[in-house]
Amino acid sequence: MEVIMALTVGGMVAGSVYLFLSRQYLRVMFGVIVLSNAVNVAILTVGRLTSGRAPLISRGNEVMDQAAANPLPQALILTAIVIGFGLLAFALALGYRAYQEMGTLDTAAMRAAEPEDKR
Amino acid sequence: MTPWLTAAPILVPMLTAALCVAAWKYPVAQRVLSLLGSLILLVIGGILGRGVMEQGVQVAQMGAWAAPFGITLVVDPLSAVMVFISAVMGFCVALHALGDIDPVRERGGYHVVFQMLMTGVCGAFVTGDLFNMYVWFEVMLISSFVLLSLGGVREQIDAAVKYVCINMVATACLLLAVALLYGVTGTLNMADLSLRVPDVPSQPVISAIAVLFIIAFGMKAALFPFFFWLPATYHTPAVSVQAIFAGLLTKVGVYALIRVFTLIFTGDTAWTHGILMWMAGITMIVGVLGSLAARDLHRAWSWQVVAHIGSMVMGLAISTPLALAAAAFYMVHDIVVKTNLFLGAGLVRRLAGGSTDYKYLGGLFKTAPWLCLLLFVPLGSLAGFPPLSGFWGKLLLVRAGLEAEQYVMVGVLLLTGLLTIWLVGRVWAEMVWKAPAEPPAEPVQPLSAARSYVLILPLLLLSLITVAIGVNPERLMNAAGQVGDSLHDNTAYVEAVLGGSPGRPTLLGAAEVSP
Repeated sequence: MEVIMALTVGGMVAGSVYLFLSRQYLRVMFGVIVLSNAVNVAILTVGRLTSGRAPLISRGNEVMDQAAANPLPQALILTAIVIGFGLLAFALALGYRAYQEMGTLDTAAMRAAEPEDKR
Repeated sequence: MTPWLTAAPILVPMLTAALCVAAWKYPVAQRVLSLLGSLILLVIGGILGRGVMEQGVQVAQMGAWAAPFGITLVVDPLSAVMVFISAVMGFCVALHALGDIDPVRERGGYHVVFQMLMTGVCGAFVTGDLFNMYVWFEVMLISSFVLLSLGGVREQIDAAVKYVCINMVATACLLLAVALLYGVTGTLNMADLSLRVPDVPSQPVISAIAVLFIIAFGMKAALFPFFFWLPATYHTPAVSVQAIFAGLLTKVGVYALIRVFTLIFTGDTAWTHGILMWMAGITMIVGVLGSLAARDLHRAWSWQVVAHIGSMVMGLAISTPLALAAAAFYMVHDIVVKTNLFLGAGLVRRLAGGSTDYKYLGGLFKTAPWLCLLLFVPLGSLAGFPPLSGFWGKLLLVRAGLEAEQYVMVGVLLLTGLLTIWLVGRVWAEMVWKAPAEPPAEPVQPLSAARSYVLILPLLLLSLITVAIGVNPERLMNAAGQVGDSLHDNTAYVEAVLGGSPGRPTLLGAAEVSP
């Protein structure tokens, strides 16, 4: 199972890098979405994959069962998803604003901050 | 000291931001709150710094969860120095913002976001948990996105697009690095990590994760080859925003590098610190050459931010107690000087009619002779003229480099210093001695007396700090020495966090992870 998950993460990262190579802002943002999801899957995988055991302490015990699922990665992923959602919302709004301001989403054509030298 | 004081560098700016939101419709109240909050943070930074220097590392376990399980806040000498100097910058910039930030940006929530930025910066300095550090980086990042695009000028939006793209990738890298490290060690507490990482059976995996950390924090710190976003963005937002960005944001990246590469990745230093050494050297050269090629004051300073990041990382890469002390000393000096330079460039822009392109500069000695005198302090310190603070920083770094027999790096550092003197000479000639441009880019707006005092006072404060460090470097050198020793021998840090209890269970289940 770990191998399948690792290959999935690798495929997603490769796809996101391909999208980053585009000059279009929106494609780059799609790449960011894929990359952040790839990282989330990676967190789930490195936290040990188990099935069928909820991370609950059974009655009478003081510690959790060794085979129980690891609850920490889920907390980490939840945090990462929330943060990623906020960042992405801002980035998309910024993209819309940039389109209004400059009439293009081609990052190579955006030269307002670094105008080409005319000397 | 109480745990509350350890958490205060986060709580104070966060509370200030919340109060500013409550006073959303009253900009005057927000200004007062922001200034007051910054002042309180400064006082707390001072108390905390004194406490740490006298009583050792301060630790607070959040929610009373014992160390490797909960989130720990740790203030060691490096954190204390960084929190204090950040609080000083926060106060100076909050003061400058009273005269600098226009009503449009103020209504857009400048004070709220500025205080949230300070929350993120201080949070990254005091946390002892790697995932928590990622969260504070995000707090800092989203605030910097908003500050960068606040005002909505075309250049700002363009710059923000690039800044957002690179930082989203850096964020994902950082999260991946944290996740992988958790996967092989089963813990996120940095003190716990420093004990467990040497015991991981496959050390090459650790080296690979270390490189991922170099990439992630290198993007934040603007190290070569990840620096190109910085000169593309830092010259666009409001002057106060530029100053706090230049002073603090990249240094948080450097702080994170220092923390991680003195506490966690100390095994394979030939590989990790070797990479850092190369990156530091090339960063210095590229940064200073870029600053010489720029034909605009703001952009030249942006490139200088990049150049001097290299000097600090050189201290980390050498990693002897003296070199780490030199890096800490240099960081404090550089934070003060860069904030001062960007604030000064903003004033020059006001006097030159809205542009700092070299062709519109000139005649400053006629229009504002006192400002020239004031600007000479950060310029001289940047170039490393004795007896200003930059000289001592460079001296310490050179000594550390010679002791470690890193002659090439010392040569690079001195060459960078020489080229910086060239830049400072050129800027002085363009800005002060040259005849003023006719006509100016835009008509110069006259400033009211009160407003110009508010704009100049922070420059005066920062210049005084630079002169004070330069004339009496002993106090800061002692503090930096303490920082260097505590970073080199991290047992005090680890013991303060974990309380020296051996044989703790891991978070994953002991059977799988422990050796």
